[in-house]
Amino acid sequence: MTADTYAATGAQPAMAGTKADAATGPSGPRPKRISPGRIGIYCFLIIVAAFFCVPLYVMLVTSFKAMPEVREAHLFNLPREWTIDPWIKAWNSACTGRDCTGLAPGFLNSVKIAVPSVFISIIVASLNGYALTFWRYKGAEVLFNLLVFGAFVPYQVLVYPIIIGLREMHLFATLPGIIIVHTVFGMPILTLLFRNYYSSIPLEIFKAARIDGAGFWQTYFRVMLPLSVPITTVAVILQVTGIWNDFLFGLVFAGKDNIPMTLQLNNIVKTTFGTVEYDVNMAATILTALVPLAIYFISGKWFVRGIAAGAVKG
Amino acid sequence: MADLTVPVAGAAPPARRRRKIQFQAIIATIPMIGIAISVFFVAILFTIYWSFTKSGMFPGWVWVGLRQYEILWNTNNWQIAVSNIWFFGAMSLVINLIVGFLLAVFMDQNIRQESLFRSIFLYPFAMSLYVTGLAWQWILDPNLGLQVAVRSWGWTDFQFAPLGDPKQAMIGLILGGTWQGAGVTMAILLAGVRGVDQEIWKAAKIDGIPTWKTYLYIVIPMMRGAIATTLVLQLTGIIRTFDLVVSMTGGGPGIATWMPAMYVINAIQSKLNVGQGSAAATMMLAPIAVLLFIRAIVSWWNKRSAGMNVS
Amino acid sequence: MQTSVSVRDLSLNFGSVKVLENLSLDVGQGEFLVLLGPSGCGKSTLLNCLAGLLDISAGQIFISGKNVTWEEPKDRGIGMVFQSYALYPQMTVERNLSFGLRVARMPAAEIAQRVQRASDILQIGPLLDRKPGQLSGGQRQRVAIGRALVRDVDVFLFDEPLSNLDAKLRAELRVEIKRLHQRLKNTMIYVTHDQIEAMTLADRIAIMRDGIIQQMDDPHTIYNKPVNLFVAGFIGSPPMNFLKGKLEAGSVKIDGTSVSLKGYDFTKSMEGADIVVGVRPEHIAIGEDSRKMPVTMEGDIEIVEPMGSDTIAWTKIGAQPLTFRAAAEIHLVPGQKVAFGFDPARVSVFDAASGVRV
Ligand SMILES: Nc1ncnc2c1ncn2[C@@H]1O[C@H](COP(=O)(O)OP(=O)(O)O)[C@@H](O)[C@H]1O
Ligand SMILES: [Mg+2]
Repeated sequence: MTADTYAATGAQPAMAGTKADAATGPSGPRPKRISPGRIGIYCFLIIVAAFFCVPLYVMLVTSFKAMPEVREAHLFNLPREWTIDPWIKAWNSACTGRDCTGLAPGFLNSVKIAVPSVFISIIVASLNGYALTFWRYKGAEVLFNLLVFGAFVPYQVLVYPIIIGLREMHLFATLPGIIIVHTVFGMPILTLLFRNYYSSIPLEIFKAARIDGAGFWQTYFRVMLPLSVPITTVAVILQVTGIWNDFLFGLVFAGKDNIPMTLQLNNIVKTTFGTVEYDVNMAATILTALVPLAIYFISGKWFVRGIAAGAVKG
Repeated sequence: MADLTVPVAGAAPPARRRRKIQFQAIIATIPMIGIAISVFFVAILFTIYWSFTKSGMFPGWVWVGLRQYEILWNTNNWQIAVSNIWFFGAMSLVINLIVGFLLAVFMDQNIRQESLFRSIFLYPFAMSLYVTGLAWQWILDPNLGLQVAVRSWGWTDFQFAPLGDPKQAMIGLILGGTWQGAGVTMAILLAGVRGVDQEIWKAAKIDGIPTWKTYLYIVIPMMRGAIATTLVLQLTGIIRTFDLVVSMTGGGPGIATWMPAMYVINAIQSKLNVGQGSAAATMMLAPIAVLLFIRAIVSWWNKRSAGMNVS
Repeated sequence: MQTSVSVRDLSLNFGSVKVLENLSLDVGQGEFLVLLGPSGCGKSTLLNCLAGLLDISAGQIFISGKNVTWEEPKDRGIGMVFQSYALYPQMTVERNLSFGLRVARMPAAEIAQRVQRASDILQIGPLLDRKPGQLSGGQRQRVAIGRALVRDVDVFLFDEPLSNLDAKLRAELRVEIKRLHQRLKNTMIYVTHDQIEAMTLADRIAIMRDGIIQQMDDPHTIYNKPVNLFVAGFIGSPPMNFLKGKLEAGSVKIDGTSVSLKGYDFTKSMEGADIVVGVRPEHIAIGEDSRKMPVTMEGDIEIVEPMGSDTIAWTKIGAQPLTFRAAAEIHLVPGQKVAFGFDPARVSVFDAASGVRV
């Protein structure tokens, strides 16, 4: 069974037909024509694509210019003199208030936050999905509906009670605290993801495992988990990107010692001594976006699948 | 397997091993049970409760009825935030859907380099809303950005710097939001378009129905699922709008681009006014609650009519 | 004959929906029982109850003399084969076969020996290192049967094992299952909605409808002496002709035509009642042969369906359609008049009101 078996999206190319007629009429393949319609289609797509590329292009060229050149305000021009100083400064010496450490500590913190959060939330979610699909105990349906509801609740509604709760456990503004927060907020959508996936596995496979004498854990570890590679990939992508890109939870829950990269970027960009260093800011922005962008370009179709699957369904 | 019900037979029961396994399922999902109940139920109740109390820096228990809501709706920032979210939400939703749908239809025309175009339309979604905000803030900078660059090309009275103008700042936000999210809409709708049976296209072609009519009258009604998916995705995103505004305008100029989410965080973090924050948060919950309620009714209705069809 | 599987007053509800109610069933040691019925009548549900995959609402289940009503599936001494094969996609055939044994922590040597035996019987030796995805449908189903085989159990449960296969493979595997049964001589309970499978495989057939067993008998009895209209109509292709009429002095009046039922073995007197006479298309003789029949008539041919081996033709008695099966050599054309006849001893007569055989 390949990944595609249970996947959400699928595409078939439209058919390209050739027609043969009577002996006297046209025969052989129809000559290819370039119609005005098709030119219009490509024009539209290319213009929109250009619009989509502009921000990345502008950030890139700005980040390689020195400040005097930036001030000339030729937004779209390539740098006259290329320099990587803004990148170096953004990485290790840009200032946030008193400290001038650049983004590097933020990067480390983001890794420290993301790795355990992703790991824990996926284990928890896949177990939830498995139990909710195959072992529905009394009240499971209610729990599940509560989770679906949780996927829609605006985070702001939960922020303060969670602050209080974490403070009671002495976990507020600590690394474990923010890991818990990410696990909690990732759970509804990931559980949904895994449950939908397990629901697409034929129930008969589960029944066969029961006849073979496999219990709750054996069925999970030896039958279902090995089947979950595709959905786990999607979940990892979804979760890593989500946690890396998070700003709100970092702002509220991370504490001074665990400032994640996006928040560190905020602190660098919003700290100004006299002039704003746009080149450094742009370099810092790209550096921050690099991890999710890399995931996106490497994972390609999986990413799209993650979005489609992550969008809450029925 | 649906609910496993308890047998009531008279047979001398051997050990109930099934129950044991059920018990394991409960053990395995303790984290979920705990979180679902404590966070998505109890915590919400707390927030709603605090919105009726005089809580300040710390949560208090002095009941003040609707006082916090009175204050809230008489606060200028909140009023602006609410009207902003309506405007931003409606505009983003409509523009996003139109752009996403057009892109999907154009992408569906058997074009070359489809995956390249797809990558370009989708990459913004990989970037955070925070980064999106910074990028567009830079492009729309009145002194160094797009406006000056275009003027330097000769169009000397070109004007486009919405972020500096309280009346136009929302346009900048909508632009950034659309840039970030339209690709996703495109991807989901494209999957929906492709999910439509190819035979429908063949039939429409043989009947001589123009392509655009086929899309409008046959394909769109058939992709209700994909459209609903994007709507849900958009709506939840819109209500949460926070990062984009913080990074792009910081709520400004002045308070022109305040959003309800900012009001909540500001009340809790800066103003140390938990009661206000909770009241605002509860207001944010209201539209979601209404939507879910409608959904529940619709699905109940569907189930009922489906049941009647069967019998 | 010793009973191998015994079901007492079994009921099963899904919520408020009663799927099985007070069902009782005894299957003899080494018997091949086929559960036959239309889709949705509760066959799979019954099988799942036997396997312990569903908790029953009431009743008792005994397998090999042991009350297994609340026993775990693995402790019931059963093996099961599913319609969708239900092989574990990520495991090789060998691992698929041995999974249950490994779960039970059986010594490696014995596992190897059992897998060897199963793969010999089913001739899947060359496939042992492949994954299910690399097998054809027929091969997958063999492996699925092998998985039940290695368990070395007394009772095999099959849930429509051949329904996902094409017609040719289905016929092949059918024979193979029969051969397997003759070789192993264990009890087999086989669910299908295909009457040919049922007729060819079964020692006894249980015909189900809406969770109730209508008739449980050997194939010959089911075919020739169906107990009610449902069974009569369900078995046989083309289906039995049903002729509605009134019973008058040993004859039935069908739309004005009086047909003698002399020779039919009535179980009770139905004089004057509305009845339905069931005549199998293959029990109708035509042309010369019809003269030998106790009852003869004439009719116009309406439609002719040549099947190759024989021909199905449609005519009428009064206003009621009648199909019959004729030898392929007999040339029939629509509009032609034919003589036909049948033997009342071989028909079935049902009470029109209750549908029960009389
Ligand atoms: N898990 C379930 N929940 C509710 N109803 C079910 C469930 N499984 C089966 N049913 C219902 O029970 C009836 C019998 O189903 P089944 O035993 O699968 O029929 P079949 O004879 O085709 O195998 C059907 O009407 C079906 O709709
Ligand atoms: Mg079935």
